Amino acid sequence: MTEPGDATTEFRDRLWKAVLGGDAYTATDVLHDGLDAGLDRETLLLEVIGGVQAKVGAEWAAARITVAQEHAATAVNERVIAALTPRRPDRKDVRRGRVTVACVDGEWHALPARLVSEVLQLRGWQVDYLGAQTPGPHLIAHLHRTDPDAVLLSSSIPTRLPAAHAAITACQAVGVPVMVGGRAFGPDGRYGRAFGAERWAPDARAAAAALEAGLPAPDPTAARQAVDDLPHLADQEYTMVVQSRPQLVKQTLVDLEERFPPLRGYTDAQRERTAEDLAHTVDFLATALYVDDARLFTDFVTWTADILEARRVPARSLLLGLDVLGEQLHDFPRAGALLREGGAAVATRSDRPVPDPETSA
Amino acid sequence: MVNDAARNVLPEVPDGEDPHVSLPDWLTEAHRYLADGPGEGRTEPLSGAIGGRHYEAHARLSADGDVAWWLIDATDRRLAEETLRSEQERAAILTEVSSTLLSSLNVPRNMEATVRMATRHLADAALLVAPGQGRRFPLTYAHVGGPVTQVTRAIDPNTLPGLAEALQGFPPVPTRWINPDDIPSWAIPEGFEGPVGSVIVTPLPGHGVPAGALILLRSSTERAFTESEDVFARMFAARAGAALSAARLYTEQATITATLMQELLPPQLGSLHGVEYAGSYRPAQDHERIGGDFYDVHAGADPSQESLVVLGDVAGKGLDAAVLTGKIRNTLHALLPLAGDHQQVLNLLNAALLTSRHTRFATLVLASARRRAGRVRLRLTSAGHPAPLIVRADGRVEECGTRGTLVGAMPAVSVQSVETDLAPGETCLLYTDGITEARGGPLGGELYGVERLKRALAECVGMPAEAVVEHVQMLAAQWLGQGRHDDMAVVAVSAPRTGPPTGLDGHAHDEGPGDPEPPGGPAGTRERNGRTA
Repeated sequence: MTEPGDATTEFRDRLWKAVLGGDAYTATDVLHDGLDAGLDRETLLLEVIGGVQAKVGAEWAAARITVAQEHAATAVNERVIAALTPRRPDRKDVRRGRVTVACVDGEWHALPARLVSEVLQLRGWQVDYLGAQTPGPHLIAHLHRTDPDAVLLSSSIPTRLPAAHAAITACQAVGVPVMVGGRAFGPDGRYGRAFGAERWAPDARAAAAALEAGLPAPDPTAARQAVDDLPHLADQEYTMVVQSRPQLVKQTLVDLEERFPPLRGYTDAQRERTAEDLAHTVDFLATALYVDDARLFTDFVTWTADILEARRVPARSLLLGLDVLGEQLHDFPRAGALLREGGAAVATRSDRPVPDPETSA
Repeated sequence: MVNDAARNVLPEVPDGEDPHVSLPDWLTEAHRYLADGPGEGRTEPLSGAIGGRHYEAHARLSADGDVAWWLIDATDRRLAEETLRSEQERAAILTEVSSTLLSSLNVPRNMEATVRMATRHLADAALLVAPGQGRRFPLTYAHVGGPVTQVTRAIDPNTLPGLAEALQGFPPVPTRWINPDDIPSWAIPEGFEGPVGSVIVTPLPGHGVPAGALILLRSSTERAFTESEDVFARMFAARAGAALSAARLYTEQATITATLMQELLPPQLGSLHGVEYAGSYRPAQDHERIGGDFYDVHAGADPSQESLVVLGDVAGKGLDAAVLTGKIRNTLHALLPLAGDHQQVLNLLNAALLTSRHTRFATLVLASARRRAGRVRLRLTSAGHPAPLIVRADGRVEECGTRGTLVGAMPAVSVQSVETDLAPGETCLLYTDGITEARGGPLGGELYGVERLKRALAECVGMPAEAVVEHVQMLAAQWLGQGRHDDMAVVAVSAPRTGPPTGLDGHAHDEGPGDPEPPGGPAGTRERNGRTA
């Protein structure tokens, strides 16, 4: 993210306060003050609103706000964006081509895609913004209908990467080039490259620049399947882990109860939370198997360990959970290696502040 | 020396000392190379034309330095090989055409791909004429080394020989009948280096009616189209025509569906008469956008009047259920003047459903909302539907006490209405059972259930309506994971927490009477028993 200047810092701080208080009225006033102070809409969108939204994500990652509060803050930001931009852009403002912006199926974080859409519109593109969690069939039907110059796919949660890959190949199979963006694709866009996307953009301005430069059209006759991009999928480890997720979680809970006595005293709600944490771990394990990258898994487990400790749950329970999962998956060499690396990362992690996703946004 | 068989092939060669004079050049050269050069280095058979046929020459050196040349007639094999190669090339082209065109169902994109491939494989320039409206025809131009351009332009098909016939689906006019000089200027792509040497005009056969016509041009500096190229162009056009027709059919169907669906899609909600509304809908089938759940918000005539919120669930899912939701929504719209009496509205709807040809029934909630003195007064009536949940400012989540029978099944509907107030920041959530009956969770196969929903809502105190709706939908979706699900609809009705309702979301805003009032105060629930039918 660009280092915001003094002027934007002031507005960002004011907006942050309003957003945190769920106060859409004040939030809108802040943005109008920003306009009056001579800041352009793009700066307000990206540095002020985008900056606040990054902070919302950071606060959530640090477990300082709940998911519900994150939703409330995002809703305020959405309203502010609506107030900031004209609802119906002038037809004559469309100087460039037409693009589709969508979030991957199952991806609920729509604001990054929304900001990109607004910026592209300001820069003269005709944008069809399909919003959060766009099912693949909708997206493809939309492409058949509108034949855009490009599709911009956004994903923030790494566990949506397999869905992102499916969407990328589907768009390319109908001949439309794909640009990907969002935290899920890795700080350097490595997963976007692995999935064969035409471009990866680190932020909205880079996305606009890449569109202006033009994207190469994919060859629709070269339609391919996931395993063509990721040959390691042939070992079926990803498939097996995804399919046996409920059993894995159930068995791990049973085994954990034996080896981690405090679990026996858990309330139903606590037990469900533990099950959710385990299910999450299995999801990230599956995703790491999909992209064949241990870092995706170790990043997740070390973050989980930090969050657990913030919830006063010892990281030891997580290590035990990884061990138990490893025992159940002893026939899967890649999964076993990932679990061992994850365990080692948790065990050796130094006492450090909770990771700030803003730095990796 | 020439033997008799060779004499037949080379009748010109004299029986003298120096046969070179009248031998074909390629053979003479080969002979010199063999006689003077390194000798037996060459193993590949030489070949070349003699008198219109094709011969392979094999040399044999005799001990005294003479060379005996064996000539073998390879004309047929060569022809067969050439035919095979060209057939392979054509098959590859047709495969490319099919897979390129099959990948898209967009008509302009397919027209563009067609002319692009035509200029790559068949001609120097191509023009695709799509069926027109009146005299205006969509034209797609391409030429080698140039861009593809698409315009709609008034043309007279009769000015290009064979075009009018092709557009009407008559058999194509043979290429040799078309005089290149008769090509009108509109048929020649801008930037094409003329003059035109030869032309093919071929129909693009469609589903019974032509999908258009393809015009292929070669400049006079290139060789003219042969008859076999004419045939191949027709095969190319057949594939392009089939793909274009499929795309056109899809586009027409998609347009019809979109038009019909427009009426069935859930409305966009926002702020209205000082009350905030938000809704979200996720149909059971991800490839559909509609289903058996529905909601509407009907604005009161002015801020002092109640607005009516409806959320319901028709038995079944998919298109059939969606059609019935449309009927129910229309009926309710017509019954709006009676909305002061929920019981009466539901009984009239019930009667309408009982007499319709549908055998389905429905459950629904009616909520009449009006802003008064900073608070929102709600009148809620459930007809066989899950009770609305109210998120109070202190974090309590109340299950609203309204209950009643479903509509469309029994001769009369029996309901109990409930009245309550929403203090600023409080939200009333209407939802369909797709949410609470979502099956999944970390252990799989578990119902999401009302208790989990209430726990989740307890965290939503003071949140904007749209955030509550999105939060609930996200939790349900996460609970489901990859699992199948029913239609899921959620509507939140909120009393705004802070500030006056200003032009935040582009809607015109009306101040509620008596606004603003300081937030807070006890959440006054005044439930009363509704009448029972």
